[in-house]
Amino acid sequence: MPSRDGIAEPWGTRTPYGPGERWPTRVDTRLADGVTADDVDEWVPTASVLHSNGDGLHLAVKDGRVVGVRGRADDRVNHGRLDPKDLFAWQANRSADRLTTPLVRDGGRLVEASWDEAMGRVVERSRALLGDRGPGSIGFYTSGQLFAEEYYTLAAVAHGAIGTNHVDGNTRLCTATAAAALKESFGCDGQPGSYTDVDHADVIALFGHNVAETQTVLWSRMLDRLAGPNPPLLVCVDPRTTAVARAATVHLAPLPGTNVALMNGLLHEVVAHDRVDHDFVERSTVGFADLAEQVRQWPPERAAAICGVPAEEIRHAARVLGGARRLLSTVLQGFYQSNQATAAAVQVNNLHLLRGMIGKPGAGVLQMNGQPTAENTRECGADGDLVGFRNWNNDAHVADLTELWNLDANAIPHFSPPTHLMQMLRYAENGSLRMLWVSATNPAVSLPELARVRSILGQDRLFLVVQDIFRTETAELADVVLPAAAWGEKTGTFTNADRTVHLSRRAVDPPGQARADLDIFLDYARRMDFRDRDGARFPPWHDPESAFAAWQRASAGRPCDYSGLDYDMLAERSGVQWPCNAEHPDGTERLYADGKFFAAPDYCENYGRDLVTGAPMEATEYRAMNPDGKAMLKAADYVPPHERPGEEFPLSLITGRTVYHFHTRTKTGRTPQLRDAAPEVWVEVSAPDAEAHGVTEGDLVEVSTPRGSVRAHARVSAIRPGVLFLPFHYGYWDTEAPPDGDREHHRAANELTMTDWDPVSKQPLFKTAAAALTRIAAGDRPAAAPTTGAATPLDPTVPATTGGPAATVQETHAAEQTAGGAR
Amino acid sequence: MKLNLVLRELHRAETALARNLRRAAERHRVEHEVHHVALDLAEWSARHVRDLAATARSRGLGLDAHSADRPGLLAPLRTTISELAVHRPEPGLLLLRDLRALHRTTAGLSVDWELLAQAAQAARELDLLALAQRCHPDTLRQLKWTNAMLKVLSPQILIG
Repeated sequence: MPSRDGIAEPWGTRTPYGPGERWPTRVDTRLADGVTADDVDEWVPTASVLHSNGDGLHLAVKDGRVVGVRGRADDRVNHGRLDPKDLFAWQANRSADRLTTPLVRDGGRLVEASWDEAMGRVVERSRALLGDRGPGSIGFYTSGQLFAEEYYTLAAVAHGAIGTNHVDGNTRLCTATAAAALKESFGCDGQPGSYTDVDHADVIALFGHNVAETQTVLWSRMLDRLAGPNPPLLVCVDPRTTAVARAATVHLAPLPGTNVALMNGLLHEVVAHDRVDHDFVERSTVGFADLAEQVRQWPPERAAAICGVPAEEIRHAARVLGGARRLLSTVLQGFYQSNQATAAAVQVNNLHLLRGMIGKPGAGVLQMNGQPTAENTRECGADGDLVGFRNWNNDAHVADLTELWNLDANAIPHFSPPTHLMQMLRYAENGSLRMLWVSATNPAVSLPELARVRSILGQDRLFLVVQDIFRTETAELADVVLPAAAWGEKTGTFTNADRTVHLSRRAVDPPGQARADLDIFLDYARRMDFRDRDGARFPPWHDPESAFAAWQRASAGRPCDYSGLDYDMLAERSGVQWPCNAEHPDGTERLYADGKFFAAPDYCENYGRDLVTGAPMEATEYRAMNPDGKAMLKAADYVPPHERPGEEFPLSLITGRTVYHFHTRTKTGRTPQLRDAAPEVWVEVSAPDAEAHGVTEGDLVEVSTPRGSVRAHARVSAIRPGVLFLPFHYGYWDTEAPPDGDREHHRAANELTMTDWDPVSKQPLFKTAAAALTRIAAGDRPAAAPTTGAATPLDPTVPATTGGPAATVQETHAAEQTAGGAR
Repeated sequence: MKLNLVLRELHRAETALARNLRRAAERHRVEHEVHHVALDLAEWSARHVRDLAATARSRGLGLDAHSADRPGLLAPLRTTISELAVHRPEPGLLLLRDLRALHRTTAGLSVDWELLAQAAQAARELDLLALAQRCHPDTLRQLKWTNAMLKVLSPQILIG
């Protein structure tokens, strides 16, 4: 059986295939040292949780402990493959520093407490606030890493029982723009495409999507197409020279914040050269005249002057996109976290609508997610939307939900869109929000402008509840800390970026007194004694399966229809794509295959927003604009970023991920193989900028913006000149002496980012900041940055990132598998 | 003909709207969305002023093309006051007052553009009609924005 170093080779061995062929199976297995497959007592089904790809896998359990993972050969998403984080990070579940007991703040310190004591405090404060200040004084900030059952329960508790409008998820940071762009173009959230489009595409275009590091298995699929016969052409838009850029036919590296100008330039060419499917546009869309007029004003030369990309490269890319017969586009944070996020992402949808390339094999859009369960946060209504993609501005939808929950007619607030996180934070800052319950996320490291975030979360008058598996930087600021069960220690379902639903079964017990998030939310509901309008306990469900059944009823008839699924079917079949109902009992591979959209005025999730001002459209406007519920072509003019390089801060700073870490490293930083692959923060600098600042590989430098400074070792890379990159993973929980005051915070990238968000999706703009670079000291070795992805050094003598014997992964290829092992 | 009067009034009102949007942005520095979008929308009005001046010039009417280009002298002071009150609820009422005033100013401006378009059609002054058709849609978007911000922000300010 072949093996590989899972750190040195994140994408594994190539299994080439041609267009229309089935992607070959390759099963990746990683078991603890000394354990073999024969020793394993039980293989428990689940899927990956440290990215959004949704790779089906089994957890290996022996003697009540997780001892490894194995990819599922029969899973539609990964055909057996696993990401480096999946292969190793399960070890973090049993870290010695897991939270095992509730904590409460006494005399300024967090001390251990019983569940009764901790929940008693939460209930007492909730009741006092509801009595004195009303439901608008309470907010919930959840995650993209819990399960559907948990989000649905939280939505019912917060929107229904408490009646607060303040509910959001950290999906706001990762995928809010995906949802917003889909609503703008198609009237409703819901991923149009499928990962299987990679199998058929003749052009794959990646817009701000470093798939090689964010969804490694999807990149393996693309690499296998590139290695096979008749490979697709690749278009990459990214200011960094990522692994994708290195493989691309055309690589456009625009200045940060100029995506709309670039997209308008590309669409100008598509329209000017009439690469438009006029039949499709006529039959299935509205808005063509406005879009054509907008992009007419964007010849490539004009876009080139703004983006800093040669006009000829824009023309080249447009020729490739315009010549595609089966075009697959993907979009992620390079668009979602940049200036004019939604407007830019919508232009990718426009490209597909203009070309009539949607809903067909190889012709699709993937507006990607960053997190494993972000799709559920969106569809369950825990992130600034209502349950089941219901429209907050449609009284009939709200009434339907009220009826479903059997609550009083006015129980669910819908006078405005549910409050997004950044606005909630502002309400906490001005003192009108007095209790914030944070579950499975770490805002004290992940939000922009951290000095401000700390000043808000640290206020005495704000009652902060933190529910997590580790004592995070945010937990340190809490009044009550609730220890949660991790993935593998609880049961539930979750859905990936291409609508594939997986069941994740409890494999082992949680440590100490830690409890499943679902049980914590339900315990709160019982202690608060929430009742429906007939006096029955609300929510009425009591465990994962009954919560799932309730969620199925809530989703029935909506685009995200789960009514045809159940736990046994999911365990048996591995991933199934929604909608899955009586009409589509096996799920649905692609949305909009029939050119019909979820956009009818009475059905749509949203009436849309102005792409520049963010102002919501009203029902009457929407009916006039789109009476027949077609897809919508929406034009947007370019607006410059709100902070631009100047004399004092001459460079653009962007932030992002590495393949070896997830978010604030709560798990990956506690996983030896992953921790050692990227142990310390670094900053990527181009060769010309390095030279101008007297910096060489490994030097200690300071990156500063008007908000703070970070010290890091320099990685001289092929990033676009004028741009600096900092990974956002590094906080303070594993620094030797955690800092006391703001002047000591010099590690987290978000010390430097600004508070600004896209007015449409409300996603914070982590990729807009003007920065200065200063050399502090010479380095005595290269920066401790990975050599495998976008951080590849220009200096060829830098030692390659490897994992050594501790990172050995077994690969089983299709030919070696026993009959029936793969479908 | 009184069309030049309408152009003068539009020039005055667009200049005032740009100034008031910038003042609101500075006064509410800590309300980030209001701050950033108000500055973006002020640029629209500054563009309208330049467009108005260019059209007026061709008719022999002198209007300052750059009357809306620069922020006021007191901008840093207003920003600092906003930052000092970051933890206070009271500026919320001031925010509603400012948004309401912006909404009314913009509504009046929208009517002025309507008047220009109507008169331009009647007089077959096609350059003026084209000017109104370029600018008026922006004014309507500015108007929807102030209305939307009032709707979204008022409940928490008035109840919280």
